[in-house]
Amino acid sequence: MVDGVLATIIKSFVLVNVLMAFFAFMTWVERKLIGRFQVRYGPNRVGPFGLLQPIADLGKMLQKENMVPEGARVKLYMVAPLIAMTCAIGAFGLMPFGGVATIPYFDYQFHLYIADTSVSLLVVAAIGSLGFYGLMIGGWASGSKYALLGGMRAIAQLVSYEVAFTLAVIGVIIQAGSLSFVAISDAQMPLWFIVPQFLGFLVFFVAAVAESNRPPFDLVEADGEVVAGYHTEYGGMRYAMFAAAEFINAITLSALGAVLFLGGPNGPFLPGPLWMLIKIGAFLFVLIWIRATLPRVRFDQLMKIGWKVLLPVATLNLLLTAVAVVYL
Amino acid sequence: MAATEAPKTWPTLEVLRPVPSELHPATDNPDLLEINLGPNHPSTHGVLRLVTTLDGEIVVGLKCEIGYVHTGIEKNIEQKTYWKAIPYVPRMDYLSFFSGETAFCMAVEKALELEVPRRAEWIRVLFQELARLHSHLIFLGTGSVDLGGIALLFYCFRARDEVLDLFEMATGQRMHPRYCQVGGVAEDLPKGFEPKCREMIAFMRDQVDQYDELIAANPIWSQRTKGIGVLPPDFALQMGMTGPNLRASGVPYDLRTANGGYGAYREIGYTPVTEQAGDTHARFRVRIEEMRASLDVIEKVLDGIPAGPVIADDRKVVLPPRHELHTSMESLIHHFKLVTEGFTVPAGEVYAPIESARGEFGFHMVSDGGPKPWRVRLRSPSLVLLQSLAALAQGAYLADLIAILASIDPVLGDVDR
Repeated sequence: MVDGVLATIIKSFVLVNVLMAFFAFMTWVERKLIGRFQVRYGPNRVGPFGLLQPIADLGKMLQKENMVPEGARVKLYMVAPLIAMTCAIGAFGLMPFGGVATIPYFDYQFHLYIADTSVSLLVVAAIGSLGFYGLMIGGWASGSKYALLGGMRAIAQLVSYEVAFTLAVIGVIIQAGSLSFVAISDAQMPLWFIVPQFLGFLVFFVAAVAESNRPPFDLVEADGEVVAGYHTEYGGMRYAMFAAAEFINAITLSALGAVLFLGGPNGPFLPGPLWMLIKIGAFLFVLIWIRATLPRVRFDQLMKIGWKVLLPVATLNLLLTAVAVVYL
Repeated sequence: MAATEAPKTWPTLEVLRPVPSELHPATDNPDLLEINLGPNHPSTHGVLRLVTTLDGEIVVGLKCEIGYVHTGIEKNIEQKTYWKAIPYVPRMDYLSFFSGETAFCMAVEKALELEVPRRAEWIRVLFQELARLHSHLIFLGTGSVDLGGIALLFYCFRARDEVLDLFEMATGQRMHPRYCQVGGVAEDLPKGFEPKCREMIAFMRDQVDQYDELIAANPIWSQRTKGIGVLPPDFALQMGMTGPNLRASGVPYDLRTANGGYGAYREIGYTPVTEQAGDTHARFRVRIEEMRASLDVIEKVLDGIPAGPVIADDRKVVLPPRHELHTSMESLIHHFKLVTEGFTVPAGEVYAPIESARGEFGFHMVSDGGPKPWRVRLRSPSLVLLQSLAALAQGAYLADLIAILASIDPVLGDVDR
């Protein structure tokens, strides 16, 4: 189920660029929406409706001084944003955008995904977790106490939520009988998994919000407490990479939610990639809505939610699914 | 309204020794992390520096460093004639600015034994309540940001603008209006003020209900604030805390009614708002209820404001009306003397406290009989609040420290002066 090497490279190139463009567009959407939620306009100066704002921001970030704070571990300090960014983009590579597409006139057929491994879900979880090394190293190598606190929070948060997150998706795996995203998407043809796996979906969603460091679980960078958390000491493009990695993580987790619970690229009338974008957009909208509304939870409360609520619920969901699959 | 239950027993907070405002870590564990919150930090509400010692995420040491916005206002006032000192005063507590003006003018009037016309007293009450509304709105907005809820800040600032519009309409300034004069207020209310004020009241009632719902109905908010930073009433009294923070612990002490009240509050009447729990949640709730109470008082003022002059008629203290300057030589001389030399205040000392948005706000003024005060000292509510911060934050999480600091609502201009 893999295309040729050249085709894969071309597809990767296209996907990364589409992803970055989508990310830039979504930051505009986020700022615009949060603006509307907060009775203001949001960006509206650069280009029509402020649409060119992300490009202006990029230009600004590129011009910033390349600064390394005193007391930082220079190599680690520089490599941390790269780790975060690479992992964020890498995890997205496994998302399916449909089945087989044909280029007209050439009759060339290719798959609308870069790879469909038999362990896709595990790969995404693994790469996603690797991304936290970026946060952790960035926080530790900055030589700042705020950054250190933020980095420590990142580790604790990852450990607590990774468990519930994984347990929640096991229900889906049992029901679909596969770890491949394409197979999971196709297993939802008559009925999306959000219906039978509703409990699992709730746990997945809360854990995903926490994993992507979005409010109300954005303790890693809680501005009222640890200023900007692990990226306090970063500026310019390095900061931009952290910010981008975080948002792309949110996009990846939205895509994961779409694949696991909303039928992935499958849907009537519209082509697969469009369906994926719509579903990802729906997830992101809810994330933005939550960010605009809710206050932040406290650190111990975050741990309590993770271990005392999500973990038991996910386990229960897993048990119920297992029983249902075996006996029904 | 969510009923807050009183805790069965109050925790025992003790005034810390040797310095009441400092908390020292009990051990010299090398793993403790000393972290500087401020003076430039997103949630220190101005330039407060908190030298915090953390054990993991728990606060075990705390020292408040103040003085970063020390402006020398108290000292400056000594160099100014009484009525030229008035513009300095609202810069202290810049959030409930009108309270400062009123308190200073009341102190001078008390020293002069000057009678203030009834209408002026009512207008002062009106603007004091507007200033309180303004201050509480900012408290709620910034407090919400400290807890991570960003939207409320913008809602509160939108509502605050409506209040400032009223100030602008009546006084020409949005903040620090210098509207209060010794002997009354500078000018009468303009035409069209009353309908605009009533519009604001209707708008604000709706807004306050919305904020209340946003806070009361939010489980995360309740979790973050309930049972955090509990302030026992006896401790609060011991530390000299006043205002909404004291009332959140169930002590109905409000200078608007205590000791018979002052100004037009004696006629209008007021029932202090109290909460029983004494925690961060109660402190937020008291202020929301106070906003409603303020709107009631403003409405009462609009309904019952008496007619008459807005400033006293004592030509030795109050500037003569402008039109008299063209016709009366005596008025011109009075005007000249008042503007250049100022009026003299009999030797002696007075203290005139009022209830500002933060509590007992009063000027202790000593006069040597000249045209300038010999010494003026502000009894600032915020300074006292900061002194008890260390005791409140003892053993709390870092995030709780921020929530507690937000909930006691200090204004640093008021602390440092």
